[in-house]
Amino acid sequence: MDIIGYLGLGFSVALDPINILYCFIGVLLGTLVGVLPGIGPTATIAMLLPITFSLSPAAALIMLAGIYYGAQYGGSTTAILINLPGESSSAVTAIDGYQMAKKGRAGHALATAALGSFFAGTVGTLLLAFFAPPLARAALNFGAPEYFALIVLGLLVSIALAHGSILKALAMIVLGLLLGMVGQDIYTGTPRFTLGIRELYSGLNFVSVAVGIFGVAEILRNLENEKGRDVMVKSVKGLWLGKEELKRIVAPVVRGTALGSILGILPGGGHILASFASYSAEKRLSKHPEEFGHGAIEGVAGPESANNAAAQTSFIPLMTLGIPAHPVMALMVGAFILQGITPGPNVINDQPALFWGIIASMWIGNLLLVLLNLPLIGLWVKMLSIPYRALFPAIVLFACIGCYSINQNIFDVFAIGFFGILGYVLIRLGCEPAPLLLGFVLGPLLEEHLRRAMIISRGDPMVFLERPISATLLGLALLAVIIAVLPSIRKKRKEVFVEED
Amino acid sequence: MLAKFSLRELLAGGIFVLAGAYFALEALNYEVGTAFRMGPGFMPLLLGAVLAMLGIGVAASGWQKPDIEKPLPPSWRGIALIIGVVIFFGATIRGLGFVPVVFIGAFGSAMASRLNSPLFAALLAAGLTVLCTAIFVIGLGMTVPWFGPWLGQ
Repeated sequence: MDIIGYLGLGFSVALDPINILYCFIGVLLGTLVGVLPGIGPTATIAMLLPITFSLSPAAALIMLAGIYYGAQYGGSTTAILINLPGESSSAVTAIDGYQMAKKGRAGHALATAALGSFFAGTVGTLLLAFFAPPLARAALNFGAPEYFALIVLGLLVSIALAHGSILKALAMIVLGLLLGMVGQDIYTGTPRFTLGIRELYSGLNFVSVAVGIFGVAEILRNLENEKGRDVMVKSVKGLWLGKEELKRIVAPVVRGTALGSILGILPGGGHILASFASYSAEKRLSKHPEEFGHGAIEGVAGPESANNAAAQTSFIPLMTLGIPAHPVMALMVGAFILQGITPGPNVINDQPALFWGIIASMWIGNLLLVLLNLPLIGLWVKMLSIPYRALFPAIVLFACIGCYSINQNIFDVFAIGFFGILGYVLIRLGCEPAPLLLGFVLGPLLEEHLRRAMIISRGDPMVFLERPISATLLGLALLAVIIAVLPSIRKKRKEVFVEED
Repeated sequence: MLAKFSLRELLAGGIFVLAGAYFALEALNYEVGTAFRMGPGFMPLLLGAVLAMLGIGVAASGWQKPDIEKPLPPSWRGIALIIGVVIFFGATIRGLGFVPVVFIGAFGSAMASRLNSPLFAALLAAGLTVLCTAIFVIGLGMTVPWFGPWLGQ
């Protein structure tokens, strides 16, 4: 079958009424958490993981994917209307989008964001369809050394893209790796770090860790400084873009899509980097750079396209190699495993309907998002006035109920509390939680592949350098760290991330 | 001497050193093995040592960079109530059953915000109880009693 045939298969799965329904629920929830403050896609997907257990694999993954890219749309709405990015990747959108809204052009900004995102989403989905199969085929030849090198690369690139101290990010990864080792050893069955608690034999629950450090810790953080939000824009008019404006956004949208597609494949928050990179590119290329910061429509079109394109292409490493590029993808790995499927290069051959169905659903989801966001914008504006103090109790309860319902294990609930406090303390001390979660998910994989590779090579560590693919990957990993610590790049990183805080 | 250090970096580094030391020392109780056949203790020992060293590095990076801005004080009330609700949920879900636990939990966590009055918290808790029961127990068929054995059911 060629790509058309595969896409046809995909659409036949994605257009199944049940799957359309779950795709719709996913993008609706995604938009909702993107719009609502204090809860992001990571915590939402973690909380909903247990629920997906009862769904078919296709429906479950279609819905969870929808939450992720839906949140990118919703995040830009809050960025534009109240200057408060619901998602870190829409922080740049707030710069010019909010200025446009202040000048009464909120409708134009929202329409630009939606159209740019839709275009980028379409291109990103197509790229995923074209590049995933050859990559998956190549990955089938990967042995343990290659996988080990790939995981190391993923972990190290993620720190290069994280903001803040590199040492701290490295330490968080290692802490995550160690936490991932709690439980019975895969080869000998020896219980490790279980403190004599029998519930820990199967390891720490992934959902507890995720909702603890991303959900509860965030709530504790927000309770430090409670304040209301001002919704300046009460109603949005003038969604239709004029000819002049359409002309102005075409080039930024295309450039943003290209940048986002490439950066999205990188591990560790490529979508955030993509939107920042696109913004500075547009500013540099513009004939009117002075307009930037005062409501330049290009400053909305470029970054919005970039972050949505990156959101789609960040599925490539997951779907082809089984390696998550960032925490949300790590949760998707969890969803695959809950469904009894090991994500990786075999999925495309063993479960073609599922693989292509997810890809096709992304395009449908993007279409649904445009329909959801533009005509229904009034509804989302109303949502913005829901105060945070009414929301966070629901988050706490959903987290507890969701975790408990996976295994009916009360220990998983206590673990949320523990990781909530740990996450809160570490965030207060300036440590990013995302690398920890990535390390936690990849820890067992890293150990398994390392031990297997060493057995194959009879204890000779040179095996990683003698095999060309693993040597290249490790070389790239080293390069990523070197680049990240170079003084000039460090300064740039500071500039890039300074607006986010 | 100590005043010249950033307290933030010192604390963060300290946590990493302690965690690394715990994992490394505990790993010594397991079979470490050789590079050829790694035992269950090999990776944790290695990574624990790396974490402790990174922790020292983090603490040292705060040298001569004392904290300039004071962070906001933590909301102790928020921490106590939110974490309390999580522990309460785990401790009583089997005994009290879904409905009372969700109601009390929602009320307790709503009170974590200084902006919420008890009346608002109670109304919110009632609404959330109905919503959660409808979604999880009725909709998703979660196997948990509405009212648990402690309440004589």
